[in-house]
Amino acid sequence: MSDGAGGVHHVPLDGVHRALGANMVAFAGWEMPVRYASDLAEHHAVRSAAGLFDVSHMGRIELSGPDVTATLEATLVSRVTDLDVGRARYTMLCDDRGGVIDDLIVTRLETSFLLIANAANTPAVLAALRSAASAHDTTVLHREGHVLLALQGPRAREVLAAATVTDRGSGAPDASELRPFRAVTTHIDGVEVLVSRTGYTGEDGVEIACRDGADGQHVWSALLAAGAAHGVLPCGLAARDTLRLEAGLPLHGHELGAELGPFETGFGRVVHLDEGRAFTGRAPLEELARTGPSRRIVGLVAQGRRAPRAGHPVLAEGRRVGTVTSGAPSPTLDVPIALAAVETLFSADGTELTIDVRGTQVPARVTPLPFVAPAARRDG
Amino acid sequence: MDVPTDRAYTEAHEWIDTAEPAAVGITQHAADALGDVVYVDLPEVGRTVGAGETFGEIESTKSVSDLYAPSGGEIVAVNAAVVDDPGIINRDPYGEGWLVRIRVTEPGTTMDAEAYRALTT
Repeated sequence: MSDGAGGVHHVPLDGVHRALGANMVAFAGWEMPVRYASDLAEHHAVRSAAGLFDVSHMGRIELSGPDVTATLEATLVSRVTDLDVGRARYTMLCDDRGGVIDDLIVTRLETSFLLIANAANTPAVLAALRSAASAHDTTVLHREGHVLLALQGPRAREVLAAATVTDRGSGAPDASELRPFRAVTTHIDGVEVLVSRTGYTGEDGVEIACRDGADGQHVWSALLAAGAAHGVLPCGLAARDTLRLEAGLPLHGHELGAELGPFETGFGRVVHLDEGRAFTGRAPLEELARTGPSRRIVGLVAQGRRAPRAGHPVLAEGRRVGTVTSGAPSPTLDVPIALAAVETLFSADGTELTIDVRGTQVPARVTPLPFVAPAARRDG
Repeated sequence: MDVPTDRAYTEAHEWIDTAEPAAVGITQHAADALGDVVYVDLPEVGRTVGAGETFGEIESTKSVSDLYAPSGGEIVAVNAAVVDDPGIINRDPYGEGWLVRIRVTEPGTTMDAEAYRALTT
């Protein structure tokens, strides 16, 4: 899918985005809105009000059947047996060397488990799950043609409440009151959706799964209409990337991958080493839990104006000690920020390092993550 | 997309006009592809650049690109306004968003607006 062998994929709302003037670019085999008018304005809208993203390129996988928990317990690094219906958990799927095939959100629904995977990794996630499921009575369904929306920002739940005023009267659950990492099936302007209080921007907000393009278009329009008075903007992937970078959230292929796992990225807590639970990659991960990783992902704030970018060498004491994995000029802080994989010895907060930014040696300091806290915590 | 016919273009998405000295900037296509420009690094006045050589770089939140001189010569002016407010480049790439003026001594390889439009559509 990622090489576009089957042609470029189009999300169901493709025409809606083009009509809004979106700049569409190829991403992981999909044509996605990278921005509508201004990626900076979209970024700031999410920090100060809210933004609406179409993330339908992400893979939606549903597992069901009598052995479904056995299949998931044999694959995901987190346990799922203790997940109640309507609860979601951030987790990872690893290979037998402890490398990350993908990071995922798993949600327990009434009769199934829902996994949301990165677009480029969905085929690999499906393959791993189907391989594990072959020994079980478990059905692995890749649901295509769905619409996934993310409404993110300090006013996101106000906007959701405004868009669902008429649904309140019909008795649909009030998703604007959901607690973090909870999910509920409800209605938005009469359309059945699954709302989760999750996201990837470092702000409060919800993600909304719609059954198909028609439902998705209705919900998209309802949220933008309800959000107009709140400063909501449709937002593209450029803003999504700078937002998640400011929040210090890892992106697979950058901060997570075959060589960078949960412990390197600071997410060792998602690995549940329960006695007797055999999951793919357990042995190497258990070893890392014991010894600690030799490299860690750190936040760096660089001096000057030029931003470090993925691949730039990180130096200390006259030698290379790491590599930038993501970097950009921070729209919120107005300084260059980066995530980098560096030798553990150089990962402590406050450590002074040097980044080779296209041939120029730029001083940078290891900085606690997130770079930018959620609005609720920024304003007190 | 509107491509002014009063100037020449390069495959690297710069434009150069016919004034003496000649103004140089990036095209609307390039500005749209970059997204919001947040930083532009321009050379000192008095520096000489060869045709096709880099004379600076331009950075958006998403990416960074080198700037290539469409023609060679001495840089005789730098647009301080776009250094202070790089967003001008997105708003008016063919006008207020010019980057440098070059006293051309080495004309480079360029194309006309029609050819550039064909290249980018």
